[in-house]
Amino acid sequence: MEKFISHSGTGVPLRRSNVDTDQIIPAVYLKRVTRTGFEDGLFAAWRSDPEFVLNQPQFKNGTILVAGVDFGTGSSREHAVWALQNYGFKVVISSRFADIFRGNSLKGGLLTVILPQNEVEALWNAIEKDPNTQIDVNLQSRKVSYGGRAIDFELDDYTRWRLMEGLDDIGLTLRKIEEVENFEKGRAAFKPKTLPILN
Amino acid sequence: MGRTLAEKVWNDHIVRQNAGEPDLLYIDLHLIHEVTSPQAFDGLRLSGRDVRRPELTLATEDHNVPTIDIDKPIADPVSRLQVETLRKNCAEFGIRIHSLGDVEQGIVHVVGPQLGITQPGMTIVCGDSHTSTHGAFGALAFGIGTSEVEHVLATQTLPLNRPKMMAINVEGTLKPGVTSKDIILAVIAKISTGGGQGYILEYRGSAIRQLSMEARMTICNMSIEAGARAGLIAPDEITFQYIKGRPHAPKGAEWEAALAYWKTLHSDSDAKFDKEITLNADELSPFVTWGTNPGQGVPLNASVPIPSELADEQERVAAQNALVYMDLKAGTPMKAIKIDTVFLGSCTNGRIEDLRSAAEIIKGKRIAGDTRMLVVPGSARVRLQAEAEGLDRVFLDAGAEWRSAGCSMCLGMNPDQLKPGERAASTSNRNFEGRQGKGGRTHLVSPLVAAATAIKGTLASPADL
Repeated sequence: MEKFISHSGTGVPLRRSNVDTDQIIPAVYLKRVTRTGFEDGLFAAWRSDPEFVLNQPQFKNGTILVAGVDFGTGSSREHAVWALQNYGFKVVISSRFADIFRGNSLKGGLLTVILPQNEVEALWNAIEKDPNTQIDVNLQSRKVSYGGRAIDFELDDYTRWRLMEGLDDIGLTLRKIEEVENFEKGRAAFKPKTLPILN
Repeated sequence: MGRTLAEKVWNDHIVRQNAGEPDLLYIDLHLIHEVTSPQAFDGLRLSGRDVRRPELTLATEDHNVPTIDIDKPIADPVSRLQVETLRKNCAEFGIRIHSLGDVEQGIVHVVGPQLGITQPGMTIVCGDSHTSTHGAFGALAFGIGTSEVEHVLATQTLPLNRPKMMAINVEGTLKPGVTSKDIILAVIAKISTGGGQGYILEYRGSAIRQLSMEARMTICNMSIEAGARAGLIAPDEITFQYIKGRPHAPKGAEWEAALAYWKTLHSDSDAKFDKEITLNADELSPFVTWGTNPGQGVPLNASVPIPSELADEQERVAAQNALVYMDLKAGTPMKAIKIDTVFLGSCTNGRIEDLRSAAEIIKGKRIAGDTRMLVVPGSARVRLQAEAEGLDRVFLDAGAEWRSAGCSMCLGMNPDQLKPGERAASTSNRNFEGRQGKGGRTHLVSPLVAAATAIKGTLASPADL
């Protein structure tokens, strides 16, 4: 995974709450067996509307999506994260993310930043007033800065370290695989296995 | 201090615990399907890793499969490739798979319990958010993303931060015609789609204790719709009786050992929950959704809400958007809403009891003239059982379609989809925009309301017939 230390870019205001992962990428786009090529499915239903924010030329180059509360609810599809990344987003800001989506995003290096709703509103207003507003998202200092303002955000130390080092979770777990082996020795014999049952 | 049920299961699976790090939990069962696994297997190959415990992994084909002509090759080449990729991956890594046409094939969350492989006190994961279904057995079960699927394949563990605990107390007795689907829709309407975020939900109380295992699965299934990754119910005699004798249930001395452990799996009387809410089952009536998220629901006897009367600005805007998408006028009685398609099925309500209860309403009647009804058993076994009981004839004689097992119209992925503008009463779990097909409109309902609606052509309960 690529290291994430900071990102500077412009924002895209998505003034909608409860944007579920079926909106981010409808199921019909989930048939690919790769991790790439999902950008066409991003917000597919809304993309046909010329008024939709991604279709507005002033927001074309935005890399920071600023969304309403409860972003990423619903299906666990990690394709939602890939679609946002494939399209070019590096950061999503919202006042609340669904758990699975947030987990997926932080595994895959898409930084999800939680800001209070009033800060999200202020950011929306600033971007809409000037779409060229430079937004700096810094993981080192855990701050979102724009137009002379700096807002702190929280991210647990462990996840922050993993993102800043670009570390792969699987590699970290495998480093101490003997702990898993030890645990397995103590597992109850009655726990089921998926091997076929022969009657 | 006492511990909650979820804390007991969590603690029993900790492989590693260090301050400032997520706990590393051992995973007892990993269920996989065709949609969220191919990139994970690719990841394994790229890093030269193997599947650590194939004998704790089980695959089935469900999301992307057709429910008619299953003896023919899948028509859509992209869908076919995805299903064939799963078959190849399972063959390469030695994982048991139930493919289309196999008697054990079906929706992953119907198959696990039916095989008896879902048991109390287990940790169960799957790249599907409705994995919470298995929580009905007192298992800690939750949906994961594809990166996590790869992690579990490679290590049989997952690093996880300990969630908070919420008790959902449902006391009293449900009135006739009111089901566990109505309980969970009412819970979600009460706490909203974000209310359970960061929590594990434990459903408790006298109303829950009276429910069958299948009814409990319906409730736990939709925990994710309240924002909670997992929801569970303490196992009891109803649970043990359900598991006993199933193919993967422990036998002999192992059954006794398992039972002794399972009986310890309940929240202690002095356990502390971070949050508690209470619902009175006696007051519940059939519940339906009017909007585009599962929290936008009302009793069937009520009317479409008036957005301007909502105090919260975000809720007001969301309601306005939802009414536009759903093409509904504020204040319309829910029972006046005409339905084009009724879908009975899914991991929420595609089990034998769901089909039986709907068939009982439909028996001897015809579905309304321009209404279509699709009945899709949750698994091939459910289909066979229903046919043995003659339920297929009941549905077919009423004018419904009788299909093979799969996720079908719950998600607009396989050929079963709504057309733009089509309105459905659906026993599934999500009424999101376009969920059942681009431009399709969904009202979530119980199997009883689905059956009555099919007969009447408008949203209805059996009492309205």
